[in-house]
Amino acid sequence: MTPPDVKMYTLSTCSHCKSTKKLLNDCNVAYDFVDVDLLDSDERKRILEEVKELNPKCSFPTIRIGEQVIVGYKENEIKEALGIP
Amino acid sequence: MNADKLYEQLKSVQEPKGYYFNKDKDFVMDLLESLLANKERYGYMACPCRLASGDREKDKDIICPCAYREADVREYGSCYCGLYVSEAWNAERIAHEYVPERRPPEKFE
Repeated sequence: MTPPDVKMYTLSTCSHCKSTKKLLNDCNVAYDFVDVDLLDSDERKRILEEVKELNPKCSFPTIRIGEQVIVGYKENEIKEALGIP
Repeated sequence: MNADKLYEQLKSVQEPKGYYFNKDKDFVMDLLESLLANKERYGYMACPCRLASGDREKDKDIICPCAYREADVREYGSCYCGLYVSEAWNAERIAHEYVPERRPPEKFE
């Protein structure tokens, strides 16, 4: 089975974002991420539109795993979506 | 100001009010470093777990300690970031739930 595509919207300073990155690293899961606070203003606007579509509250981390969206460092939900026991 | 000084300073002010640092000291120090990074780039200690606008007036509700800390610590025993917690949370007398974002979305951007 192909692993689901994982994309994360994060902040460079956020504790929950760091915990989520660590979880994925520890589980050897490949993912794309963007630290939204480090973007320049045009790029930030564009990326925030993407975040809002997934999570109207625009809170971080916003994680898309395949078709599923998880908001926050919810370890069990993330693992379940990734099929990690 | 470094994170160690900030730790001592905030602890002496916040603990008497019933707000304790998370017992995970590494986690706390990392957040304090982030607060100092935000102070450096925005001029104020914006919440590290929220996207700041860079406009102090717009961000005044998320300057640490944020306007939502009281309600979050009352309801969940922890602030949104997990920096400040109650004594009961640290002692694990209450469940460690994930604190949802309380800030109204219209405040954002």
